[in-house]
Amino acid sequence: MTSYDASFRVWRGDPEGGELRDFTVEVHDGEVVLDIIHRLQATQAPDLAVRWNCKAGKCGSCSAEINGRPRLMCMTRMSVFDRTDTITVTPLRAFPVVRDLVTDVGFNYEKARSIPAFVPPPGVAAGEYRMQQIDVDRSQEFRKCIECFLCQDTCHVVRDHEDNKPSFAGPRFLMRIAELDMHPLDAAASEGLDRKRTAQDDHGLGYCNITKCCTEVCPEGIHITDNALIPLKERAADRKYDPLVWLGNKIGRRRDG
Amino acid sequence: MPSFMTQVDRQQWDVIVVGAGGAGLRAAIEARERGARTAVICKSLFGKAHTVMAEGGIAASMGNVNGHDNWQVHFRDTMRGGKFLNQWRMAELHAQEAPDRVWELETWGALFDRTADGRISQRNFGGHEYPRLAHVGDRTGLELIRTLQQKIVQLQQQDFKETGDHESGLKVFQECTVTRVLKDGDRVAGTFCYERESGRFFVLEAPAVVLATGGIGKSFKTTSNSWEYTGDGHALALLAGAPLLNMEFVQFHPTGMVWPPSVKGILVTESVRGDGGVLRNSEGKRFMFDYVPDVFKEKYAESEEEGDRWYEDPDHNRRPPELLPRDEVARAINAEVKAGRGSPHGGVFLDVSTRMPAETIRRRLPSMYHQFKELADVDITAEPMEVGPTCHYVMGGVAVDSETAAAVGVPGLFAAGEVAGGMHGSNRLGGNSLSDLLVFGRRAGLHAAEHAAAAADRPGVAQREIDAAAQEALAPFHADEGAENPYTLHQELQQTMNDLVGIIRRDAEMREALERLAVLRTRAARAGVEGHRQFNPGWHLALDLRNMLLVSECVAKAALERTESRGGHTREDCPGMDRAWRPVNLLCRPVVPAPADPAADRIALVRCATDPIRPDLLALFEKEELVKYLSEEEL
Repeated sequence: MTSYDASFRVWRGDPEGGELRDFTVEVHDGEVVLDIIHRLQATQAPDLAVRWNCKAGKCGSCSAEINGRPRLMCMTRMSVFDRTDTITVTPLRAFPVVRDLVTDVGFNYEKARSIPAFVPPPGVAAGEYRMQQIDVDRSQEFRKCIECFLCQDTCHVVRDHEDNKPSFAGPRFLMRIAELDMHPLDAAASEGLDRKRTAQDDHGLGYCNITKCCTEVCPEGIHITDNALIPLKERAADRKYDPLVWLGNKIGRRRDG
Repeated sequence: MPSFMTQVDRQQWDVIVVGAGGAGLRAAIEARERGARTAVICKSLFGKAHTVMAEGGIAASMGNVNGHDNWQVHFRDTMRGGKFLNQWRMAELHAQEAPDRVWELETWGALFDRTADGRISQRNFGGHEYPRLAHVGDRTGLELIRTLQQKIVQLQQQDFKETGDHESGLKVFQECTVTRVLKDGDRVAGTFCYERESGRFFVLEAPAVVLATGGIGKSFKTTSNSWEYTGDGHALALLAGAPLLNMEFVQFHPTGMVWPPSVKGILVTESVRGDGGVLRNSEGKRFMFDYVPDVFKEKYAESEEEGDRWYEDPDHNRRPPELLPRDEVARAINAEVKAGRGSPHGGVFLDVSTRMPAETIRRRLPSMYHQFKELADVDITAEPMEVGPTCHYVMGGVAVDSETAAAVGVPGLFAAGEVAGGMHGSNRLGGNSLSDLLVFGRRAGLHAAEHAAAAADRPGVAQREIDAAAQEALAPFHADEGAENPYTLHQELQQTMNDLVGIIRRDAEMREALERLAVLRTRAARAGVEGHRQFNPGWHLALDLRNMLLVSECVAKAALERTESRGGHTREDCPGMDRAWRPVNLLCRPVVPAPADPAADRIALVRCATDPIRPDLLALFEKEELVKYLSEEEL
């Protein structure tokens, strides 16, 4: 096994303020950035705050910005950097700092609550659900989401525009709407809920100008823009501007398009 | 007794659920739907619990892929897997109720993989006679946790409509830790908690507490478990006076990653083998054919050809021995490595690359493909993986009533999921954990809600208890000169358990482990931390050490006592399974009052007899099979 000393700059501070601190720390073969942060905790900075859990890219807890790019610390291998690089680790910029690398991601939980849940199809008993694989593939892709909120962090609509937060759910939760809208058995329409319209009217789908930043940072490789946001935009637009839909709505038919 | 009064925020709830994994969330949903105001408290963010790590699937005998399956077959497999030590009534309820629990998830929005006729697809797994695991690729745990999380959000949306407050009936206290279950006399009265973010203490008061905290893997060095798995619920139960059952049974999953070192222990799902992956040693041999134990001889293929045919024609061939229960496979891998036939990094080879097309591998095992590619530079569609055993699951846990999940001896205390003992006997089958969480999570929530509603008066929390809990929690900040580093203590504990009470155990080593644990307890009493209470991981670890040390003492003591090998307890000095031990449960009871000297034993072992298995359940097995497990008197 080979090891070397790496230069790290880690942001330390709290809501009052903070600064980048320099550390020199040992790195071994095959390690990831989170290993190095843990080594700092164990040897140099025992009260360094970091949020993590599974350390296997499955829970989406250890999100941070590494050299300015939103990433999971547990899935960022040290071997992607040059041994002479200084590696800068900072908290997610779009959310308020709690301490050091930990941010308050409450924004995301609020948005999750604002999206109406799956509506079970009336008259279909548990155990009687029948769906074809081809019809669930797309929503399953979106359900791979581990809620690391890297897409929420990188999205320019909120990254530098705090004031957009109330009216914009962010890529993760617009994708959640798309997931429910594409669920073969979701019965929202039977309750008079038009998910496409709420995406547009209540959750700020129109702010998205499909720069695909969210897709680029997704550690699960979900095609957020192409498979969720663009189709949702198309479907929302269809409904808004399609005169037949408009007429159908007016005379109370074609509710579920 | 402290001379100060701790001022803390106190809140009143009907049911408190400690832990927000599959069992905790399912319990919370049930309690809330039964009308109980329910608080969930968890160490991580809501939706990040360890359940997300579960990969392969949920075992439920829906019979969607093979119509011969039913609850009786599932029950039989579960008892065989646990080597008949299972609390049989739990295994029965589990097998009967699992299908309903899975179907219910669909009504909450879960999207499982489908069969050609549109039903929930089911896959093969070790120890299960038929394809039984409902799954979503290899991320079934994520689907489970997200579905439960979204169901909770739906209930909160409903509460908001009625009360204007999302959290009026069901609230999640995330990133908080419980350090004590508080009592009023004999009965449960609430929990003492702190916010990890601020370090602020608070008390939740309720007549019913459900423990759903998962396992203990962080006491071992090589583990598939995350930092949360510090045996909190096990320790909270002990400290509240409730005994733990069969703590010697710890499951070492046969296939964890072995390289690179920083990911050593991370799980490689059993689905790899269920879908056709094979184990080979350095000589290229499929060695599992040499390790089929007598009790399973008739049920497993004798040749590679037969095993390979089974995937296509399971009715006329027997399954390959790679799909033996986990304890058997883990021991076999251990033996191969020890005999010098291991892989370069001390494991064996697990190969799917020569067994199915690359495209199929990427579709069926997407997160394994991803995990090896990203973390080990290994392309599993082109080359074999290196794997070895990793501490994965504890079968032992809080002794509970089978029907109600109520902890023995402490009214108002319930336990469900991994923290509860009994269900899996000496070894858990893959896929039986997620179903366990749902079946007994629901039962715990139901009975906790009923218990809370039936309480004639609310129990009270005495100030003196709060003061004592606060003092205990603050102790690491007041360590004297020569304070011990909690990280160092933790590493030494993990090394001790790994080396001396690990996958293969010996009398002398376990005695040594108990001595070292006593020393570690003494040192842990001096564990000290710097800084303040705000998000201070060193402090959190110092508090978790108490739990890990207690649980480790239980494991080592029980393992030393049980002089046989069975399931997740293998002794080199007592290699055989002994029928005389079959009806024996080992209970770990707390020594009361807790001794002042930290080196003194905290746990007393008690042997007790298991309930006789009901005759109609015994009748599900052939007599020839039963004689391998049951003692003369039991037959």
